[in-house]
Amino acid sequence: MESSSSTPQLLWFFAIAACVKLLLIPAYYSTDFEVHRHWLALTHSLPLSNWYADETSPWTLDYPPFFACFERFLSIFAHYIDPQIVDLHNGLNYRANSAIYFLRISVILSDLWLLYGVYRLTKNADVKRRYLIWVLIVWSPALVIVDHLHFQYNGFLLGWLLLSISFLQEGKDLMGGFLFAVLLCFKHLFAVAAPVYFVYLLRHYCWKGLVRGFSRLSVLGAVVVAVFAAAYGPFLYHGQIQQVFNRMFPFGRGLCHAYWAPNFWVFYIILDKVFSFFLKKFGFSIQIPAASFTGGLVGDSSPFAVLPKISPSTTLIMVLLALSPCFIKAWTNPQPRMVARWIAYAYTCGFLFGWHVHEKASLHFVIPLAIVAVQSLEDAKHYFMLSIVSCYSLFPLLYEAQEYPIKVLLLLLHSILMWLGFSTKFTRASAPNTTVTAKKKGAQSKSIESSSPAAEKGGFTIGWVGKSYLLGLLLVEIWGQFLHPYLLGDKFPFVPLMLISTYCAFGIMYSWIWQLRCIISTA
Amino acid sequence: MGKKKEKKEINEKVDVEAVEIEDDTWWWLTHKGIGATFLCISVFALLVRVAVSLHPYSGAGSPPKFGDYEAQRHWMEITLNLPVLEWYRNSTGNDLSYWGLDYPPLTAYQSYFHGLFLRFFDPDSVSLFTSRGYETYVGCHSSRKNDCAWHIAMLLLNPCLILIDHGHFQYNCISLGLTVAAIAAILSQRELLASCLFTLALSHKQMSVYYAPAFFSHLLGKCLRRKNPIHGVAKLGLTVLGTFTVVWWPYLHSTDALLGVLSRLAPFERGIYEDYVANFWCTSSVIIKWKRLFSVHSLKFISLTATVLTCLPSMVQQVMAPSSRGFLYGLLNSSFAFYLFSFQVHEKSILLPLLPASLLALEERRPFKWLMFYGLFSMFPLLCRDKLVLPYFALHALFMLLYHAPCGHGGRPRNARPNNTKFDYFDSFKTFMNGFIYLSSFILHIVYLTMHPPEKFPYLFEAIIMLICFYQFALLAFYTNVKQWSLLEHSTTEEEKKLI
Repeated sequence: MESSSSTPQLLWFFAIAACVKLLLIPAYYSTDFEVHRHWLALTHSLPLSNWYADETSPWTLDYPPFFACFERFLSIFAHYIDPQIVDLHNGLNYRANSAIYFLRISVILSDLWLLYGVYRLTKNADVKRRYLIWVLIVWSPALVIVDHLHFQYNGFLLGWLLLSISFLQEGKDLMGGFLFAVLLCFKHLFAVAAPVYFVYLLRHYCWKGLVRGFSRLSVLGAVVVAVFAAAYGPFLYHGQIQQVFNRMFPFGRGLCHAYWAPNFWVFYIILDKVFSFFLKKFGFSIQIPAASFTGGLVGDSSPFAVLPKISPSTTLIMVLLALSPCFIKAWTNPQPRMVARWIAYAYTCGFLFGWHVHEKASLHFVIPLAIVAVQSLEDAKHYFMLSIVSCYSLFPLLYEAQEYPIKVLLLLLHSILMWLGFSTKFTRASAPNTTVTAKKKGAQSKSIESSSPAAEKGGFTIGWVGKSYLLGLLLVEIWGQFLHPYLLGDKFPFVPLMLISTYCAFGIMYSWIWQLRCIISTA
Repeated sequence: MGKKKEKKEINEKVDVEAVEIEDDTWWWLTHKGIGATFLCISVFALLVRVAVSLHPYSGAGSPPKFGDYEAQRHWMEITLNLPVLEWYRNSTGNDLSYWGLDYPPLTAYQSYFHGLFLRFFDPDSVSLFTSRGYETYVGCHSSRKNDCAWHIAMLLLNPCLILIDHGHFQYNCISLGLTVAAIAAILSQRELLASCLFTLALSHKQMSVYYAPAFFSHLLGKCLRRKNPIHGVAKLGLTVLGTFTVVWWPYLHSTDALLGVLSRLAPFERGIYEDYVANFWCTSSVIIKWKRLFSVHSLKFISLTATVLTCLPSMVQQVMAPSSRGFLYGLLNSSFAFYLFSFQVHEKSILLPLLPASLLALEERRPFKWLMFYGLFSMFPLLCRDKLVLPYFALHALFMLLYHAPCGHGGRPRNARPNNTKFDYFDSFKTFMNGFIYLSSFILHIVYLTMHPPEKFPYLFEAIIMLICFYQFALLAFYTNVKQWSLLEHSTTEEEKKLI
């Protein structure tokens, strides 16, 4: 009965967000807009065999085949609305209103898939939790900034992930595994959680005695292979598989993106610079390296002056090491209700220790964590901080002045909504405890009326550490936006960005440690 | 034992609260008190306004005269670079035919301060003569930022005024904000403050005079009920005169200067109506060609009489029985009267009846929604010209969604009792007519956007829109007048009861 009445309400949440997104149509979009427009043209105008071979534009197809098919599907409508959008040559850098409106509205509509994922996840939750999760995911400011301003299709992709998690939480492992395999064929970056899926499915789904287990394993294996075959089969047939993989895994990039994602390597780089600075002062001869952090791998040289060189395989090993407690937990006690936490943890590790990570990848763990955030007071406090930090770390994506009030207001609005939502959810839960402790402290006999305000104080509050960290965030922003241009003008233009990366990296490291502790300490 | 009992009582109370809370799904937004809700809604309203600012503004990139945005920029240029006395005078420095100042001095002062701010960032945008048509980014952006800062008073109300101020570009929010403050002062019985604030609103935009009859009649009614009415009237009169003097000080040294300003404020030579505004004169001009039959002078007189006559019932009601609720209805009725019958009314003036309608929204839900829908519809041609179609639809949808929020108060009052036990032909006819008109309005939106009018009647669609909107406004005005007049009967019966 509850779920039938919740669909119109969920659609209402979506419609409100859609109205705001419609208003944002004329805002800034990045080169990703042209990338996706070109992919529409590419998939529409060329046969399958040329999709990964074409060089008409520098924006070559570097997502797996299912995403290319998705673009092909969209291009049908694009062609109908304005053929020039999908013209391979004449459509290059096409900026007409028809193209902008079509692409923007396609992102808004593709968010319906995210909506479906959220719906499946929350259809059995109680009303308070349901509303909270909707507010956290459907009205997520990070998604608006990345998808509807910067321009990407993360909402659609995260919809697949959330659907997969929802099936796993219900115990339908085969479906969950199938959906995850499909997701991998849309965007291979999601493969960071594949080991966790593997361990969990093996233990939870397949470990059921020799015969049954083995048959289940083969069924699962067959399903996954079928999905991959459907995706890559045609390219294997055309002999293009090598080209596809070359495009999907470009190794010409450096450890960090041009704007450093707030991950562990930020600290590593800074430590290296600090060491080289002090060692030089003490008379050691330190060579300034020729390679850079963001550029490609220049032969064997390292961009690091003092600390050892990091290679892609090093990062892989570190990610797997960080994930190991999760594997152990998933193996020893595979519980469906912990799945969301493990998957989010996997993406956190991938974000922190991965190679050439984009700051947008923080969406991959922030959105699934929203499912977990409503489960306890501690989770809520953690999510509150994480959500603000990760959204703030996305600010440099929108560097034009006209988007400044929008991104600030989005974050502010979301923080207020989170604060209101969490404090309602976690006030009543602490009411009996605080009155009992108040009595134990030997306070004068309080009437029941006066004990209610005391109960509210014991609910959702941020400690002084959290408050000072958030204040620091504000100070970083003030420095970057106002004080730095005023005091230093055009000198050291990279300093504000570096400051943002470093400061947010602290927050994300804290989140990682907190999640790890949470996973280890569960029974 | 005592502890256990209290704990049980606490648990029971929590359970009772739990049951109540489950019914109200917006409890999480409102439980922290009105301050937090206000903050939340304000931030959202700000966000929507900033988003609308991204869209084109009136006259963007269209020489030689550009549009309202250029008007505002030009006023900043004028007020910064010329002495105060020259602001309203035609001179070599100030060519009045190019967007001359046609609002009272407070707007001019406001432009001056904005100009100072803008000059700090981008001096070229306000330098005399050379900045005409200056359309950079910074000017656009910081003017709208200034606009945002004045909005706190309007934030709890509907976001549809956003289209005029942030889309088309004007500063109505300041005078409307001052008016709201004045209304708040009246409702909290601070009459002197109210008169001062309303005078300021009048000195910002002369359109605020639409509300003047309501203020006047309400305050007069209140004074007459006191022991010493002359004393009360005198106090109010002095406040008003004092405020006027302070604001208009630079222009009071000679009657010439004053008349110069006043003539700019009331451009009678522009005729009784312009474009296709949904008021009486424009709509009836389809049949009666007013401009041809009468001179400007006689039309001035006719429209004045008509306006005063339509204001009269609500004014009389307020003088006889002033009340807070009546005052709000009075505001609505006098602004409707002015909108429908006054001289040289602009489509944007529908904002003025919308303000008291939104204040009355909790009591008059359906009429408020109607007024909003048709008010927006009447502005649709104007917004299309400004290329604000997308914000129009997005904001309209947003408003309807918020109005019909799940488990909220939209449409159905909480304790509505279904009392249609018998099949009422009149009710069903009303519903049918309403539905029919809604549907045709919706279709008209699409027709206006996609089809071309026939050669012989190039403004056919605007005329149809105007007719529909006028019909709705007239109905609503009649309804609200009747409502206000019925308050009189209620108050007299209550007085009789008191006497008994």
